[in-house]
Amino acid sequence: MARTWQSSDVKTTALVDALASDLSGVLGAREVSNLRRLTGGASRETWRFDADGSAFVLQRVRPGTIGGLKQEPSVLLMAAQHGVPVPELVFDGSASTALTEPFMIVRAVEGETIARKIQRDDAFGLARQNFCRDAGAALAKLHSIDVAEVSGLENEDQVVRYRDVLDFLNQPHPTFELVFHWLRAHAPESQRRTIVHGDFRLGNLMIGAEGIAAVLDWELAHLGDPMEDLGWLCVKAWRFGGAAPVAGLGTYDDLFASYEQHSGIAVDADAVRWWQVLGTLKWGIICISQASTHLSGVMRSHELAAIGRRVCENEYDLFQLLEGEW
Amino acid sequence: MAHPHDVPTSTQLLEAVRQWLERDVMPAVDARLQFHGRVAMNLLAMVEREIEIGPDQAVQHSQRLSTLGCADDSELAQRIKNGEMDDRLDEVRALVYASVIDKLQVANPKYLEK
Repeated sequence: MARTWQSSDVKTTALVDALASDLSGVLGAREVSNLRRLTGGASRETWRFDADGSAFVLQRVRPGTIGGLKQEPSVLLMAAQHGVPVPELVFDGSASTALTEPFMIVRAVEGETIARKIQRDDAFGLARQNFCRDAGAALAKLHSIDVAEVSGLENEDQVVRYRDVLDFLNQPHPTFELVFHWLRAHAPESQRRTIVHGDFRLGNLMIGAEGIAAVLDWELAHLGDPMEDLGWLCVKAWRFGGAAPVAGLGTYDDLFASYEQHSGIAVDADAVRWWQVLGTLKWGIICISQASTHLSGVMRSHELAAIGRRVCENEYDLFQLLEGEW
Repeated sequence: MAHPHDVPTSTQLLEAVRQWLERDVMPAVDARLQFHGRVAMNLLAMVEREIEIGPDQAVQHSQRLSTLGCADDSELAQRIKNGEMDDRLDEVRALVYASVIDKLQVANPKYLEK
């Protein structure tokens, strides 16, 4: 999850040199240097480089991945226009073959994404104080975008989606069945349908000295109930060991107050809680899926194998969350 | 359970490997390998715990399942999903919770202290 340098991922210098040359062609830059790979998501490669003295980030679809870049560049542009802090889109290569696979290039934003450092280092004291304010503001602005302005975003019922994923994985978890039962019985009346970031949490936020410098990783953006983003941000796994409910950094009250101030819309705490329960279930199901990536041989890794034995942490979290609420 | 093996026991073998990782390998490698080394040590410790307490847990889990009239977790999950347990959900939840605690006792007992 951490964005650390992974020079071992770089297969050959020749491959990197060829990519640098392609990038300089795309940007019309005299010199591309310091090209190095960062850890990326399951379906993306992320690279950082300098071109003529400025720093950029390349996101390229991993070969063999279905789905391309989808709407990510246009969502990024729309978010920027509405005041959400995002990296500046420099080149939309979603329909380009210049780098073989679809890609986009953004201007690099400086800061830190590693949760442990953000939670502990002295350099982020002010950022920690401002976190709920910034998160509430960024989400309120994102959710204010007229959905008619962006086409092609997925619009899927999230309960149905994860029900299907769990059935596909075919690993029995009685706890998750009990929680699906609860989710169906307590589903909030969703009043709004907006763009949802889909993975708004530490790790996907570039944190500067004063707060959130940029919201990253728009890969999972979709249409849905905006409270999904607030609930996901409060899932226990995203507190990274911290005690405070919002990213281990702040309180529900501070997050909701900022969201209300910037959106003019009152937050229904029960709806956020429902999404937090679904988010916890969802993370548990993703853990099963990560272990199956190892077990099926797609990617052999003892780290992925270990994640399979973390499913019970999510089950435990769900019992804690729903105690007295069943 | 009777078996023909000599000492060290399986847990003692795992412990020996885990301690070698901790003592000799970890100080000699870079941060990225240290992270993966820590994951490996955690996995070995997990299997040590499972060998120790797993057999008792299996007996208790069978008792829970038979209380609910299910052969295994697969049948239990399916019957909850189908609504066949709706008239005894409190009981089901208590027994499922007990099995989650057992899983954590092996996978990550520290998680229960939080």
